[in-house]
Amino acid sequence: MKKLFYSYIILMVCAVAVYAQVPAPAPAQSEPIALMNGTAHLGNGEVIENSIITFREGKIETVAPAANVRVDLTEYRQIDAEGKHIYPGLINAMTNLGLEEIAAVRATLDYSETGSFKPHVRTAIAYNTDSELIPTMKFTGIQIAQIAPRGGRIEGTSSVMQLDAWNWEDALYKEDDGVHMNWPNRSFGPRWWLGETKRRENKKYDEQVEELVKFIEDTKAYMESPTPAKNLKLEAMVPVLTGEKQLYLFANRPKQILEAIQTLKRLEIPKLVLTGAEDVWYVKDLLKAHNVPVLLENVHRVPNRPEEDIDLPYKLPRLLHEEGILVGLTYSSGMLANSRNLPFFAGTVAAHGLDKEEALKLITSNTAKILGIDDRTGTLEEGKDANIVVSDGDLLDMGSNQIAYSFIQGREVELEALQQRLYEKFKAKYED
Amino acid sequence: MNKLLLAMLMVVAHFSYAQETFPVNGVKDERPGRFALTNATIFVDYQTTLENATLLITDGKVERVGTDISVPSGYTIVDLSGKYIYPAIVEPYTNYGVPAASKKKNGNGPQYESERKGPYGWNDAIQSTYHAVSEFAPNDDSADELRKLGVGTVNAFRANGLMRGTSVVATLAGLPAQEVVVKEKGAVHFSFQTGTSQQEYPNSIMGKVALLRQTYYDAKWYQNQSEQVNLSLQSFNDAQDLPQVFEANGGKLRVLLADKVGDEFGVQYIIKGNGDEYQRLNEIKKTNARLILPLNFPAAYDVSDPLDALDVSLADMKHWELAPANPSFLAKAGVEFALTMDGLKDRSTFWKNVRKAVSYGLSETDALKAMTQTPASMLRVDNQVGSLKSGKLANFFVADKSIFEEDASIEQTWVQGVQHEYKKPQLPDYAGKYELNVGAQSWVMEVSGKPGSQSAKLVINDSTSVKVKSKFTDTQVSFTYKQEDDESETRLSGWVTDAGFSGNGSTPSDTWISWKAERVGDLDEKESEEAKEDEEEKPELGDVIYPFVAYGWKTAPQQENILFKNATVWTLEDDGKLENADVLIENGKIAAVGTDLETNGAKVIDASGMHLTPGIIDEHSHIALSSVNEGSHAITAEVRMYDAVDSEDIDMYRQLAGGVTAAQLLHGSANPVGGQSALVKFRWGASPEKLKIAGADGFIKFALGENVKQSNWGSDYRTRFPQTRMGVEQVYMDGFTRAKEYGEAKARYAALSKKVQAKTAAPRTDLQMETLLEIINKERFITCHSYVQSEINMLMKVAEKFDFRVNTFTHILEGYKVADKMAAHGAGGSTFADWWAYKFEVKDAIPYNASLMSMAGVVSAINSDDGEMARRLNQEAAKSIKYGGMSEVEALKLVTLNPAKLLHLDDQMGSIKVGKDADVVLWDNHPLSIYAQAEMTLVDGKVMFSRERDAELRKEIAAERARLIAKMIAAKNGGAKTQKPKKKEKHYFECEDIIHSQIH
Repeated sequence: MKKLFYSYIILMVCAVAVYAQVPAPAPAQSEPIALMNGTAHLGNGEVIENSIITFREGKIETVAPAANVRVDLTEYRQIDAEGKHIYPGLINAMTNLGLEEIAAVRATLDYSETGSFKPHVRTAIAYNTDSELIPTMKFTGIQIAQIAPRGGRIEGTSSVMQLDAWNWEDALYKEDDGVHMNWPNRSFGPRWWLGETKRRENKKYDEQVEELVKFIEDTKAYMESPTPAKNLKLEAMVPVLTGEKQLYLFANRPKQILEAIQTLKRLEIPKLVLTGAEDVWYVKDLLKAHNVPVLLENVHRVPNRPEEDIDLPYKLPRLLHEEGILVGLTYSSGMLANSRNLPFFAGTVAAHGLDKEEALKLITSNTAKILGIDDRTGTLEEGKDANIVVSDGDLLDMGSNQIAYSFIQGREVELEALQQRLYEKFKAKYED
Repeated sequence: MNKLLLAMLMVVAHFSYAQETFPVNGVKDERPGRFALTNATIFVDYQTTLENATLLITDGKVERVGTDISVPSGYTIVDLSGKYIYPAIVEPYTNYGVPAASKKKNGNGPQYESERKGPYGWNDAIQSTYHAVSEFAPNDDSADELRKLGVGTVNAFRANGLMRGTSVVATLAGLPAQEVVVKEKGAVHFSFQTGTSQQEYPNSIMGKVALLRQTYYDAKWYQNQSEQVNLSLQSFNDAQDLPQVFEANGGKLRVLLADKVGDEFGVQYIIKGNGDEYQRLNEIKKTNARLILPLNFPAAYDVSDPLDALDVSLADMKHWELAPANPSFLAKAGVEFALTMDGLKDRSTFWKNVRKAVSYGLSETDALKAMTQTPASMLRVDNQVGSLKSGKLANFFVADKSIFEEDASIEQTWVQGVQHEYKKPQLPDYAGKYELNVGAQSWVMEVSGKPGSQSAKLVINDSTSVKVKSKFTDTQVSFTYKQEDDESETRLSGWVTDAGFSGNGSTPSDTWISWKAERVGDLDEKESEEAKEDEEEKPELGDVIYPFVAYGWKTAPQQENILFKNATVWTLEDDGKLENADVLIENGKIAAVGTDLETNGAKVIDASGMHLTPGIIDEHSHIALSSVNEGSHAITAEVRMYDAVDSEDIDMYRQLAGGVTAAQLLHGSANPVGGQSALVKFRWGASPEKLKIAGADGFIKFALGENVKQSNWGSDYRTRFPQTRMGVEQVYMDGFTRAKEYGEAKARYAALSKKVQAKTAAPRTDLQMETLLEIINKERFITCHSYVQSEINMLMKVAEKFDFRVNTFTHILEGYKVADKMAAHGAGGSTFADWWAYKFEVKDAIPYNASLMSMAGVVSAINSDDGEMARRLNQEAAKSIKYGGMSEVEALKLVTLNPAKLLHLDDQMGSIKVGKDADVVLWDNHPLSIYAQAEMTLVDGKVMFSRERDAELRKEIAAERARLIAKMIAAKNGGAKTQKPKKKEKHYFECEDIIHSQIH
């Protein structure tokens, strides 16, 4: 009887292994690991051919040319990475991941709260670690994501998550890292279904800007008041004014970007990041003047104007980089499920003139700097978290992006999920 | 005072005609109505001018016109020395006197059926029973607005519906309706707008064309049947002998489309154009249609702020410059056209725009013809109006000089012999030097300016003068001025005398005094009077480009014979890929593949280190379409995507840069049976008709699942059958059953002897059934939008019941689950590389789909359904290497040979094989690598894209924009009206797009 019971348990475990919603998060790193003889792309522009990388208890110990260093590897688990490429884990900023399961099913959407001003609304606590989309991000090398709120004028507060956790609390990489703002638009897109082809004027633009400015000014007054009546909204905005948190400003059109940055700088917002930024090229000098970094959305898009260089969206990150502007790439405007293609954004930028290692920075160290997590991740450097991806080939090219190993904080992450299981299931059927 | 004067002059020299059947209240007041207009320059018609001629009018008609006429007695003589008489304008396109149709509101939900009462046709967009004459009510205010501009006759219709019923031709005489109607039914009017109809169908351009076509077929059937009464079809038939006028709203391509509809039924429409016809001049000329053209020249854009200038496209800038030349371009091409005021925001700019068209090259004769003879003959009223020959209506206008001179004005318009005066009161010229004596003081006063706006000043010495507020009428004057030392003004009022002016007034000390001003001489002539530069010279214009959008061609590319040397050639035939191979292109075909090929006079391209592949074929595209979904009825097999092809879409160029050379332009997925596909090659610059792949098999879009059961359409859309997957099957079963019966009925009729046929009503041609029958007969092939395995299997079973096969399942994200069944059935699968999770039915989609389907023997392809992703289809194909480990050659086939097979085009494209079309791409890197860029893309042996030319074009575009921006700023500084830039944005259609806003 007891035996039978155990068999039952074993069967259950097997069943869970095969049909579980998502793979179980990996246990903490139990032994030091050495990645031997791979080509290491450090994420800071450097490459080490034939490298040795070791990490212990979730932290990187050594990153060096294999020929130059002598490390006693007796206690290490050694992984032969010869012929393989090693990268820092990729970072996907400005995503709905964990807040959206099926785009067309409202019940599965948790990224847009009602109301216009809601910095107090936090994505962290709604982040669903059991989302089926999360494992698919790891297929291409993404390990860290900034989960951003959407909708309204002040959209809410984001948090940065690592993608291998039992629950949102464990997933937190940087809690409540910033507040997200949508700058009003002077015009709206045409309603194509009514036959419109031209943008329409937003007659409430000035009013909307005023409302926004007032919200910030009210926050200032709240901060300075010795005995304010508790206000959760203003309270949540205070760290943005003190510089403890970033303000992620979404603006796309040239004048929108210009007016937004001018206004927010006048209001002395200390840490400002421009997001969206499709037309940023036309006001690039303003960003340089104020030293504002950019999280650029969607490299894989068509130009905004017929006469623009047909490859402008592909070239834009390079052009901004050459101007000395700090750029990270995001998938924020595209289909969430497709955001696993983030490495191919960088590949496209590399195809259009940017050095490959610089292109890699656009989805690793640059993003880490912009999100304020560069002390812990974004590069393969001693002392940083062991967020490491090993690919059979060039990570930035879809034909060779083939993840062999993925370590998040040193934990070896399971890479097989529902999609692989379905593949194996039907492959077996057709191979018969 | 002046106002009153003006009003008095405008009073019509009215005399009433006898209204034969009407009772008279009072005393009969019928007047002679005989006039002699003498000493004028008379345009008898648009091309015949008589100097110093006389025009005799009797009873509203031209009695005689000539230079040797002595005026008989009993005529009122109007001396028009120095004046010009022109036949009055015939305005072919108005709603004058015709009330607008009212829009009936209904609930929020969709309305599928007509709400009209009475035995009418089923669709409210067909308003063939409407006759404008039945509601026609002359309106003197509107008439006056037109007459002022020289209009004598109008064609008036009600702009409501695809088929708008008949118009009325009437004059603007200002007489009762009974007397001014020239022709009770002037023309039949059509458009691409459904008007006030609240019915769902049609809501796309393809649907509108289909409804018009079906109406023609129904009307034909109606003639020979006796089963039912249908007033709409009856009226439609009754109106066939009238002129047929089609408003092709929406641009030049719609002109071509309207003509195509007419051609099918042997109808030559008169087409109301849009003012951009010069952009497709050759094709427009070939329609043989006469056109009605607006003069809606766009104002310059205000581009002084460079960030605003970004919002104005090159096409809009060029159109601003070229639009005034449209009439001239057409006239030179020999296209006959009439001009209309329709489309002008402000009609009073009409003559300004006519003159502008003339200054841009239209001859005055052609301009006159387009306003008189041509519209009259279009409306078949040239026996009554359009010229001033004897017997015609006395409709003409009198101008003070040649009407084409910049400051010419229309002084009178006569309609049916009724005179309407518009001459502004001309004040005498008071200019000169005067000696002004006010009480004891004396001044020199100067009056200067043009009569009507003259002003005065007191000349103190050479450099100082005192301004005098002055008013002049033809009999009175007043002056007010203030001397520097005075505390208040001196006010003088007086009258005109032979010597000047005199009168009384009050001084600053309020003393009542007498004054007079005697004219003592002329003003000193100013030498600085700027001689007006002659700006009438024909303006310099930029080139027309094809298509009319950035990156368009000035001259179309020619076929070239090219030898690619030493390339890695991905033949995708048995040899897969060849290293260091040559490919020879001749006469648009692949002439040879091998090593060390003879040059044969071809241009040699050293392709060392480069890769040559077949052109990419996108099995599922929605670019180059102006509309995608006829999202109304469950079955819309009758609609054709060819009717929506937009040859001006920049995305064709962008995709050529991604190596795409051909695509299936599909209907959307709003209904179980969508529309017929357009198979095109990206022949950038060609017209919609030339984009078509000649001889290609017919395809049609089907769709399953959430979209067709309206799962995500919002709560109003819960009534159309089907709302479940169960219902979807029944839509097909019903459709194919009816189509089969339809085919049998047709066959029975065809089998009858000629004699019996003559006595039997022929079955009605039903475009929807025709299409479904083609599917059953294996003459048209299905591409079916599909996701979930159950429905995929279902459609295959339905097809098998009717003994045909489903050609392709597109999207087919669960194809991997039934790939064995698909292979057995013979269906192909055209899928996304890695899309999923965007809706419930794609929850189980996996990026291994293409690999698994291929493994099971399904001909598989990767498609885009996305205007951007199509630029990188080679990379999407490469994902099948990542997901499922497909070989490189097989992966590349996913976007070349395999879609060619699915589209039955593999005999002419899809691989590099001798005899196939020279649709090839030269890549600078491995074609499945993200680092690869197309260096050159050829279609039919023509270099449609090359990096080199692209770079040149960018320079040209920048230079052209700079030129046009400078020109617009100059126009603005010169006082021209400007408009605020508003950015045009293209909508990127996807399958999921439904016409209703709820979806987005």
